Amino acid sequence: MSVLAQGAGRTAVFRGGAVSLRVERRSVVVTALLGVVTVGSLLAALLLGYYTVSIDQVVRAVFSEGTPAEEYIISDLRLPRALTALMVGAALAMSGAIFQTLTRNPLGSPDVIGFDTGAATGALVVMLMLGGSGVLTSVGAGAGGAITAAVVYLLAMHRGSNGFRLVLMGIGVGALLLSVNHFLITRSTLYDAQSAAVWLIGNLAGRGWGHVQLLAPALLVLSVLALRMSRDLRMGELSDDSAAALGLSIERSRVLCVAIGVGLAGVAVAAAGPIAFIALPSPQIARRLTKVPGPNLVPSALVGASLLCLADLAGRELFVPRQVPVGVLTGVVGGLYLVWLLTREWRKDRR
Amino acid sequence: MKDRHVNGQRLHAQGITLGYDARTITDDLSVAIPDGSFTVIVGANGCGKSTLLRGLARLLRPRSGSVFLDGELITAYPTKEVARRLGLLPQVQVAPEGITVVDLVSRGRFPHQKLLRQWAREDETAVVEALAATGITDLAPRFVDELSGGQRQRVWLAMALAQQTEILLLDEPTTYLDIAHQVDVLDLCAGLQAHRGYTLVAVLHDLNMACRYATHIVAMKDGAVVAEGHPSDVITESLVREVFGLECRVIDDPESGTPLVVPKHRPVRVTGSTDEEKNHVPAQA
Ligand SMILES: Nc1ncnc2c1ncn2[C@@H]1O[C@H](COP(=O)(O)OP(=O)(O)OP(=O)(O)O)[C@@H](O)[C@H]1O
Ligand SMILES: [Mg+2]
Repeated sequence: MSVLAQGAGRTAVFRGGAVSLRVERRSVVVTALLGVVTVGSLLAALLLGYYTVSIDQVVRAVFSEGTPAEEYIISDLRLPRALTALMVGAALAMSGAIFQTLTRNPLGSPDVIGFDTGAATGALVVMLMLGGSGVLTSVGAGAGGAITAAVVYLLAMHRGSNGFRLVLMGIGVGALLLSVNHFLITRSTLYDAQSAAVWLIGNLAGRGWGHVQLLAPALLVLSVLALRMSRDLRMGELSDDSAAALGLSIERSRVLCVAIGVGLAGVAVAAAGPIAFIALPSPQIARRLTKVPGPNLVPSALVGASLLCLADLAGRELFVPRQVPVGVLTGVVGGLYLVWLLTREWRKDRR
Repeated sequence: MKDRHVNGQRLHAQGITLGYDARTITDDLSVAIPDGSFTVIVGANGCGKSTLLRGLARLLRPRSGSVFLDGELITAYPTKEVARRLGLLPQVQVAPEGITVVDLVSRGRFPHQKLLRQWAREDETAVVEALAATGITDLAPRFVDELSGGQRQRVWLAMALAQQTEILLLDEPTTYLDIAHQVDVLDLCAGLQAHRGYTLVAVLHDLNMACRYATHIVAMKDGAVVAEGHPSDVITESLVREVFGLECRVIDDPESGTPLVVPKHRPVRVTGSTDEEKNHVPAQA
């Protein structure tokens, strides 16, 4: 078959019995390389720092055979923090990939549906009005984000679904909640306002095994669900009419995808606060590397995991003796990325 | 199992009212697509042709009335089952960014695929055939963004063909195509209808092509069917006047003997108010 001989260079097919699968070769290679980068980021986060350690020491510490100091720094401080970074990064990136595919827009992110602003409102209500902190803040944030997303979705969908209306409604509700957030902060005490501001930046400092234990199972379940939806997401890239004519249940698949995307963002915000600019660039970077359309969930997740882990390492060590919250660094890097993306799109339109 | 060819009409609509938001486009419209026919829908811009196709394909839910597919309410089927029996090529398309031709055409196989059955041999054969039938085998590895409008139109047609449904609804499949490719595409459709027993429904704006290829014509005006039947019975001078508001003569096509619509000659009128038109007309006179 000559046509697929051309295609055969790009794809590999596995068939056996009733099972048949097809993968893009380049995508597999890129994913494997990104996996190596992710492991590298994890190692860097364990090895580098004010106390630089060797691989030997890491191995010994992980198997509880190092000195108490090594074990404390590596097993209790660096490892859980790095694992949290990887998982939060992966969750944000997959969430971004889902929303970008759903809205057919490279600027899509959980925030297009008002998620981050709503999460902030939830957290602020807990911190400033109910006097809660810690886990309660996380719960408030997750709930605030999810409720906002649900409201935006229902408002935008009440006469049939439409990705663009979703974006507009998300911007509107987001703007509204932003004023609520400002109002909550202005009527609080200086001390409370400061701790709220710190939470709002997004931070990974002090994340321990407790966070990892909560995050890991949630992320596992949501990733499996997201991967199951990836074929639907790919079909949804076509126009609504085409996708429906090809047998996609648009409404159902869109509700599920939004729910999974919001769940991923919720897990991330509960663990680390609203970290900016991981959800936005990761899927775009992954897509430019694999050069295939679709949500590219796994490569996106690996890009997001590495980005956040390295950004946190930089925030932890570059400004010693101070630690800079990771949200500040991702904000700077992401802002530059956004400028680059927009100028690039602009040039493409003018061509 | 029920007889699939109930009344010889696998696809028919009974008294459907279709509309968007508050606007009603078709009111209490009934139409039956004869099995194995090449049915062509004609009518002026905005008269509701695309809306009718969307209603027939279950993309637009009727406010009242029902669409039947193979003797059952079309709403009773799972979405993928409808897509295995009935395909639709919409008028307006969106190509995912950075997609190749072969990947896009492969997406036509979606209703036949499952989680663990993503690329069976039949899928491959269907895609290869669809590419060959539309004459775009050579374009397979190219990016869709980089094709001409006519090439792109054939890619979309190939995607619909790869779906391998026995009923195929095509909304303006020949737009953007040069005359040779229009004939190619219509020959292809006629071949599917004549040799494979497909039922084809196409919206066409070229009345002469419609008359040449259609076995059944449906003429629409303002959301209603004003005439239907064999082209030589339907396409008359009075119908063209009624549906399009155009004075014309209908003669026999010297090649096929089917009706040929020739618009009446009208002297050029000065109607324009722009400078360009004002300057243009005297120059011609
Ligand atoms: N999504 C929509 N929302 C609201 N109104 C619509 C929508 N799509 C079409 N319409 C309106 O419905 C009417 C019929 O449109 P339709 O697309 O069915 O016309 P058509 O016969 O296919 O025209 P054309 O030959 O230009 O393709 C038009 O007046 C149009 O403005
Ligand atoms: Mg139309």
